[in-house]
Amino acid sequence: MPKANVTFEDIGVTVTVPAGTRLIEISEKVGAGITYGCREGECATCMMRIVSGMENMSERSVLEDKVLQENMAGRQHRLACQAQVLGGEVVVRPG
Amino acid sequence: MSAIELAPGVHWIGALDPDLREFDIILKTANGTTYNAYCVRGSEGVAVIDTVKENRAEDFFARLEAVTAYDEIKVIVLNHLEPDHTGALPELMRRAPQARLYISIKAQIMLKGLLKSDELAYTPVNTGDSVSLGDRTLRFLHTPFLHWPDTQCTWLEEAGILFSGDVFGCHYCDPRLFNDKVGDFRFSFEYYYQHIMRPFREHVLDALELIEPLAPGLIAPAHGPILRDAPARYVHRYRQLAVPQLQNEAGDHAKTLVIFYLSSYGNTARMAQAVRDGAEEVDGVRVSVYDLQGGEVGPFVDLVEGADGIVFGSPTINGDAVKPVWDLLSSLTMVNVRDKFGAAFGSYGWSGEAVSMLEDRMRGLKMRVPVKGVRVKLIPTDDELTLCRAFGRDLALNLTGQVVRKVITMEELNRSQAHA
Repeated sequence: MPKANVTFEDIGVTVTVPAGTRLIEISEKVGAGITYGCREGECATCMMRIVSGMENMSERSVLEDKVLQENMAGRQHRLACQAQVLGGEVVVRPG
Repeated sequence: MSAIELAPGVHWIGALDPDLREFDIILKTANGTTYNAYCVRGSEGVAVIDTVKENRAEDFFARLEAVTAYDEIKVIVLNHLEPDHTGALPELMRRAPQARLYISIKAQIMLKGLLKSDELAYTPVNTGDSVSLGDRTLRFLHTPFLHWPDTQCTWLEEAGILFSGDVFGCHYCDPRLFNDKVGDFRFSFEYYYQHIMRPFREHVLDALELIEPLAPGLIAPAHGPILRDAPARYVHRYRQLAVPQLQNEAGDHAKTLVIFYLSSYGNTARMAQAVRDGAEEVDGVRVSVYDLQGGEVGPFVDLVEGADGIVFGSPTINGDAVKPVWDLLSSLTMVNVRDKFGAAFGSYGWSGEAVSMLEDRMRGLKMRVPVKGVRVKLIPTDDELTLCRAFGRDLALNLTGQVVRKVITMEELNRSQAHA
């Protein structure tokens, strides 16, 4: 199965995960500082920053894109409850 | 009920609220407040800067009508969209439909949320943007987070007047209006800063970089006295206030770790000592330990503001952390704790939820919580105290950036969850 490495910069932990895993599934278990509200891509509480490896993330869905825009997100921002890791190396941090 | 002239063609058209005793739930207002709005006349039109709280709209319109006709109003500027400054906006736009609304770039989504209307036309502005009134120019300074994301200041270039929004404001009501005429409002000025601006210290410094070079001849804030006598004094005071309350005596080379704990039978207290001993094994960390039972929240908030790392030790009583810990953790809105390092530990009798609840709260405050907390059932054994020392050492290593980065697999992560 294809794997990806996700590094949570705030806690200094890298997790090797199956490709296609959503960030929410990893970050909560590992205790990273990303916090969650609705968990359904509406509230933007889990907006976080992809420090590097955006090319290894899933494309924004229409819903995620709309919510990010409404919250004045930059290009490096994603919603952790929506974004999936597709492979390679990804480094993330809260905020 | 008349408008008050600040300079030729520039009038205060705000409202007084002398009986207000509490503002926005969080602030006491011992002598009320004012909602300051201003009217600026240029050779090619009139600008209205900010409005007032809805229940004071009548005063605002009466003063506005004393200095202009509605059809002369070309520009409406909102420096800040909070309802105490936008309460009269819908009615003002109804009476002056030709006027163009100018708000900061960050105010756009708030405007929709406040006015519940998608049809309102407006121009978003940023630092460097301006609007002309003919012989006069309004320039905008984007000063975000003073104290909302949307806040901006407006500079009336030719008159040297800064309409500063909530910056340099305070809740102090005196109809004499000018700082050289009103009573002593120093306390209100400081109190307002501490409660409203202090969490945004870094943003205050950014804003001062924009404001200081202008050397305003008069500062017209959105609350409280208009600062026409020695306005630079207030700008300077903001610079002084924008440093942490406590000087960092540990110096630039050491990190500070503050351990707050509470203990009913001395178990969590013994853990706290062990955590401290462990942390002190690492060079470059200054550790302090405080029993929350022996202090007030206020000074502890100052300590938190200056600390690099904060550790909470709490027993679990009836499935929760104890109240003094929550009291401190719910009092941190006045300081910026984002990205600070946090951790928790504690003794428990039955269930031990306190530690994970405290960790969640710290994550909610956007702190980093990289080291999993330590829980001990009732009285810590020697082995468990050794664990606490290792925990303290681990915290100090993390804080000083000496920790080895961990690499784990999803399977290992799932297994560790199952055993937690």
